[in-house]
Amino acid sequence: MTSVTVRPGPIAGVLDNPWMLFATRRLGRLVASLWVLGTAAFLMIHLIPGDPVRSSLGLTAPVELVSARRKALGLDDPLPTQYWHYLKGVFTGDFGVSMSSNLPVSQIIGDRLPATMLLAVLAFVVVVVVSVPLGAAMAVLTRGGRRRGTELAFTSSSVLLAAIPPFLLAVGLVYLFGVHLRWLPVAGRSGLDSYVLPVASLAIGPIAVLARIVRVEMLAVLGNDFIRTARAKRLPARLIYARHALPNAMTATLTLCGLLLTGLVAGTVLVENVFAWPGLGSTIVQSIQAKDYPTVQGIVLVYGIGVLVVNLVVDVLLAVLDPRSTIREA
Amino acid sequence: MRRRREKWLALTRTPVGAVSTVLVLAVLALAILGPVLWGHRASVVDTDAISRGPSDTHWMGTDGLGRDIFYRVLVATRLSVELALLATAIGVVAGTVLGTAPSVLPRWAGRLVAAIVNIAVAFPGLLLALFFAVIFGVGTKGAVLAIGFATAPAFARLAQTMAAGVAGRDYVAAARVAGVGRFRVLVRHILPNIGDPLVVNATIGAGDALLSFAALSFLGIGVQAPSYDWGRLLGEGLDRIYINPAAALAPGVAVVIAGLAFNLFGESAAAVIGLRAHSARIGLRPALLPREDVPDRDDGADAGLSAPVLAVQNLQVAFPGRDGWTTPVRGVTFTVRAGEAVGVVGESGSGKSLTVLAAARLIERPGQVSADQLEFAGTSLLNTPERELRSLLGTSLAMVFQDPMTSFNPTLRVGRQLAEVSEQHQGLGRRAAFARAVDRLRAVQVPAAQRRARQYPHEFSGGMRQRAMIGMGLMGDPRLVIADEPTTALDVTVQRQVLRLLARVRADTQAAILLISHDITVVAQTCDRILVMYAGRIVEDLPTAELYTSSRHPYTRALLDAVPDLDTDRHAPLTVIPGRPPEPGQLPAGCAFAPRCPFTDERCRENDPALARIGTAHRVACWHPLATETEHPVREVAVAGGARE
Repeated sequence: MTSVTVRPGPIAGVLDNPWMLFATRRLGRLVASLWVLGTAAFLMIHLIPGDPVRSSLGLTAPVELVSARRKALGLDDPLPTQYWHYLKGVFTGDFGVSMSSNLPVSQIIGDRLPATMLLAVLAFVVVVVVSVPLGAAMAVLTRGGRRRGTELAFTSSSVLLAAIPPFLLAVGLVYLFGVHLRWLPVAGRSGLDSYVLPVASLAIGPIAVLARIVRVEMLAVLGNDFIRTARAKRLPARLIYARHALPNAMTATLTLCGLLLTGLVAGTVLVENVFAWPGLGSTIVQSIQAKDYPTVQGIVLVYGIGVLVVNLVVDVLLAVLDPRSTIREA
Repeated sequence: MRRRREKWLALTRTPVGAVSTVLVLAVLALAILGPVLWGHRASVVDTDAISRGPSDTHWMGTDGLGRDIFYRVLVATRLSVELALLATAIGVVAGTVLGTAPSVLPRWAGRLVAAIVNIAVAFPGLLLALFFAVIFGVGTKGAVLAIGFATAPAFARLAQTMAAGVAGRDYVAAARVAGVGRFRVLVRHILPNIGDPLVVNATIGAGDALLSFAALSFLGIGVQAPSYDWGRLLGEGLDRIYINPAAALAPGVAVVIAGLAFNLFGESAAAVIGLRAHSARIGLRPALLPREDVPDRDDGADAGLSAPVLAVQNLQVAFPGRDGWTTPVRGVTFTVRAGEAVGVVGESGSGKSLTVLAAARLIERPGQVSADQLEFAGTSLLNTPERELRSLLGTSLAMVFQDPMTSFNPTLRVGRQLAEVSEQHQGLGRRAAFARAVDRLRAVQVPAAQRRARQYPHEFSGGMRQRAMIGMGLMGDPRLVIADEPTTALDVTVQRQVLRLLARVRADTQAAILLISHDITVVAQTCDRILVMYAGRIVEDLPTAELYTSSRHPYTRALLDAVPDLDTDRHAPLTVIPGRPPEPGQLPAGCAFAPRCPFTDERCRENDPALARIGTAHRVACWHPLATETEHPVREVAVAGGARE
């Protein structure tokens, strides 16, 4: 920040404002990340050994078909031209045409994206709603070496649950609630009850992780001087915890929330495949197996943008909640 | 080398470490022996039992070709573990190369690599693995490369952080100065020092790779038939989960156990090599130590004195530590009378802060407070429930803490934090309480109080924050203000303002003041009476008027001698008290000050002197109290003290 402030002129004036500096910096990072992402998605097809069209259509496909398809995909143009066309297409929402269904990739994404997003957002909401109160309560109950048994049970069960990846949890839940108890549907997306198992498989692991972090953060905050001040004011315990401790425990929690949410995005790929969920995750796996590269390319880009957007939102939220963190970063 | 082996052996001493070590060894043994022992039974086709549930011959049932699920899961261990380890190895090598490259490459190239790693780290491993799986193609080889490269950014970040830490150390700088090339510095100095943490994280990574591999194979992108690993078995089993649940559950359980084994093994190893902290055990609380200190004054004898606001007798505070309980406050007896200003001085660690925190009922678990008597404004604080004391303490006892920066909640406005007191204890509404907060801020001379009340603590200066803290105490109607090092974190001019404000508060409200400081001159300026504390006990209690003329304890004298004044020879070194105060856990048998005292004799080393009265308002705990205006111990008083035994 010092190097900016010594520079005279109108730009220095704008950048003196920590918020402007933060916005410029963060936007710069976003653009750089988007560029790396777009380039990686473009290069993906060209990094595949051999001819992607040949490997997609199979060894028996006639030469004419392969060359016609190559031409249609623009694969015979020089690389920089292709790169330019690709980036232009992405900006105008043109992700190319699926090699297996001949539908525009943008249409496939438009059809499938809502189901995936709904799943991820629902799971995330469940994670936050359950784990924040759970972690905070655990901190309050077990602080200062009290209730060692509760602490041990909480820690070991959360370690165990966090270690089980969502798709294995999904298999377990399918067996328990679908096969054994026959309470809930185990495939497809129809009606509210079809959401229960996918959302639960996605949420349980992150709940275990986040509740543990909230507990640790809360314990750290409860050791702060201002908590002692609140106790010296003889405030009732609920006010000390809810008004003075919890908001201060949220910054680190929020940072982790971003990581968890991006992890959830990845988790949907597997969980969708367990539950035959009509989202992007089942589509990308089918496309990878069918070597439908334009579709894969498009979906990879969407997932990537999703991750970047989550990171951006978390950073902005952090800056709003804790203005000091922006200044520190700058 | 031997120490290193011992370090790793320590891994097996914790229960989790031992269990995970056994599990990892079992998984590895199964990986080596499984195919040798059961390879045939896993591939033999039983045409009589195709897609069957558990039975006597196949106790986990059979798959679609009639092959035994149980043996297939056991045999699949080898491929699953092998591939996971292979992928981890690729990830660690690629990550270490990427992570340490910035310290070898030219500056711009290093920054580019670091920037790309930073962007890649933001993406979840599975998405990266899918991306690379497209490039490297569907199949075992492609999946190994994909997972390897997908884990590389995380390892690169780790190696980068650790290498940066090591690169800042003196011996690396020395090697650079000596002209050792960058690559040599990396290989000789940096890599060996980040080896241990890297190995530990690779172990944890192996567990993750195992899970990722299961995921890819399950999706049909990893291992292809006729080969099979756990993920592939799981994928095949899920299709038949209604016919034979074991076919899906058994490989799933195997993946979880193996993954957890590697993860926990790595975490335990991390604790052993000091990457993670571990907690201590707490035993039983200690028994109350008997004390025979005399009270300040007999209430009957001094009928003219005002009533005590705070009466403390044999107060002790204990905390559980790594090696059992320590007692940093070992029996303290004093009273503070209405309107009186009492100072407490002592070095850090003398227990002065803990004493007042205990007196204010602010010691929290696991700390333990005990006392023969602890009364505030005539109410016992020892066994009365918190609920009944809340409004009394909330309005009559004000606390001012050492660091005003950390003592305010950074996320709440200052006015709000003051207003809380009145809302809680005086039944004021939100608006009226806020108005009172503004009024109190004005009373402690915070300028533009109306505007300031709406600001956050970090927008206040240090001195203003401390004044606001005093204002917070004035929200009620304090009978005692406890100020714990209120000026330590402030500069000298602001110190004076705060001390003057405290004196004015005392004059205006008739509140008693209990002022804690390590600075004997601060206390002497402000207080009527001084308690000198050392190693958790009061060693001398005397009126301020007598401090410079007739203090009797060698420690009080030493404290006074250590204060430089205008006559101090500025060319001579500053006077210090030799030695250090004892740790609460390692107190000597006799007087705690004996090891640092110039007058120590046999008795001082063997018996701890009690606090004895030597004047109407003067108590001292010493076998050889110094005579007034002299540097030599007075034997008569010492004998008088000894007669108390």
